Amino acid sequence: MSARKLGLKQRYALMTRGLDWETTYQPMEEVYPYDRFEGIKIRDWSEWEDPFRLTMDSYWKFQAEKERKLYAVLDSFAQSNGQTGISDPRYINAIKLFITGVSPLEYQAHRGFAFTGRHLRGVGPRVAAQMQSLDELRHAQTQIHTISHYNKFFNGMAEWPHMHDRVWYLSVPKSFFDDARTAGPFEFMIAIGFAFEYVLTNLLFVPFMSGAAYNGDLATVTFGFSAQSDESRHMTLGIEVIKFLLEQHPDNLPIVQKWVDKWFWRGHRVLGLVAMMMDYMLPKKVMSWKEAWEIYFTEAGGALFQDLARYGLRPPKYADVATAEAEHISHQNWCTFYQYTHAAAFHTWLPTAQEMDWLSEKYPNTFDKYYRPRYEMWAQMEKDGHRFYNMALPQLCTTCQIPMVYTEPGDPTTIAFRQSMYKNERYHFCSDGCKDIFDAEPEKFAQSWLPVHQIFQGNCGGATVPDVLDWYKLKVGEDNLDFGQSPDRKTWDEWQASKSRLAG
Amino acid sequence: MSVIAIRPDYEAHTEVRDRLGNFHGNQVVYVHWEKHLSFCAAIAFPLPPDMPFGAFIDNVIKPHYAPHPQAEAIDWAAVTWQIDGADATPDLGKSLAENGVGHKSIVRFWTPGLDGYHGSAS
Repeated sequence: MSARKLGLKQRYALMTRGLDWETTYQPMEEVYPYDRFEGIKIRDWSEWEDPFRLTMDSYWKFQAEKERKLYAVLDSFAQSNGQTGISDPRYINAIKLFITGVSPLEYQAHRGFAFTGRHLRGVGPRVAAQMQSLDELRHAQTQIHTISHYNKFFNGMAEWPHMHDRVWYLSVPKSFFDDARTAGPFEFMIAIGFAFEYVLTNLLFVPFMSGAAYNGDLATVTFGFSAQSDESRHMTLGIEVIKFLLEQHPDNLPIVQKWVDKWFWRGHRVLGLVAMMMDYMLPKKVMSWKEAWEIYFTEAGGALFQDLARYGLRPPKYADVATAEAEHISHQNWCTFYQYTHAAAFHTWLPTAQEMDWLSEKYPNTFDKYYRPRYEMWAQMEKDGHRFYNMALPQLCTTCQIPMVYTEPGDPTTIAFRQSMYKNERYHFCSDGCKDIFDAEPEKFAQSWLPVHQIFQGNCGGATVPDVLDWYKLKVGEDNLDFGQSPDRKTWDEWQASKSRLAG
Repeated sequence: MSVIAIRPDYEAHTEVRDRLGNFHGNQVVYVHWEKHLSFCAAIAFPLPPDMPFGAFIDNVIKPHYAPHPQAEAIDWAAVTWQIDGADATPDLGKSLAENGVGHKSIVRFWTPGLDGYHGSAS
């Protein structure tokens, strides 16, 4: 008699459940020390539903297949000199921002989910977190491999891990993940699994991947596709975890709400980098940041929080402020990089007349009134031979670590200054959202490693700008400054010249 | 409210990195020229607390804002000031500390009649 083939559900149960045991040499509390201190109450871990029911053997099979396809495309991209087919060489600067700012977060996510997978005692979330941990490691690797091809031809990418740990603006995404990873496992799941992977992920990946497609970057599109099925699994985990926590005990609601408020705001601040990428760095635009925010947050997020209202959860605090900021954030961020171009590992430029018209059309309430004059003034200064640089270091927000560039809600001509006193020290914030986060955990954020203050303390290679750039491994005249005079531009122009010689 | 940590003595193991003592005798001072957002944020300097306020204007504020086309037109006698959110009339001969500018204080100033490039706050 041959063995009967198991159904999916049965097979999943056999391969994931009942594999562990109640420890006797050590109390269970000692084996799982992290899953209680946050105050989350779990009555029954077995109520965890895993809608994917993916087992390890099928996981390896699926992933291996995707890897084969991805690397075949990458090989062919390299052999056909795909880098010469992008829309415009300015596009590469979006990739520089991605490899220095985003790919290291994939690795941080890998470590965070590995930790969570170890420390939650329920087997369902443990298996899911373990698989997500492996996914994140794979995403980091495939991104590094994909982008390594561009690194052969363009500057600003070679020292990405080093830069991620040191460069002033990269402390923004780095500190975001450091915060999540030094929280307990439940907060990490809400921070990354729910707020980032579920609520905000479409605002990160859709812009980058569609941006790549619009701008002829087949390699990046392909790693995006390769990650897509993983992303839907991650989103499912994110929504499952919040429902599970809210269903398990009513005492969990205020804790979860606090985390949702915190991580929505923190995510919104980090995504300002994506906003700037969409509105300024993509030579062929996909849509404006404001449009993306309306689709992916206002509409999709609105429906999500309506669905979660039955658990008593309300939409994140300051969601209205974030929505109002969608009119300004990309402009304010690009202006920041324009004036600190000497300290950025990617190139900057002033928007062309055509690009400014696109911005006027997409931002009828704000662009012509507040931002066009700024670019016109700078364009005039460039023309007169006095390109505008800010040669002092900016004040930073203690929580998000972004220079304090954001303006008062309702008044785009005045910077928002917020302060808290904690143990006789003064701390500064860019917004009520960032101030609230500090005030809730001052012991944690009083430790912030703020790049500007670290430079003043002498911990960043020296007292002058060239000393600090050297410590960043940022090559002056290659990695930084305006695109117009860059070696990247020169390389591209040579390719174009040789193409036209061949054609002629 | 305070941090919820796995160990009750969490704070004993933390390090406040912005302490005054870490800046080699200086204190951090922020300054911001209102309605001139070409300078995207307030700017930060490590300065000796005994630096006279007049020297702060002449040697720190003026050179760093000089690239702005309206910088030359500032009438410094007409400037209005705020230190940490309170209106102030700094005594130029007295030190930063004597004028109430402490570690991580924010000094904001307004230049009447000058509201940025074509009045756009840029």
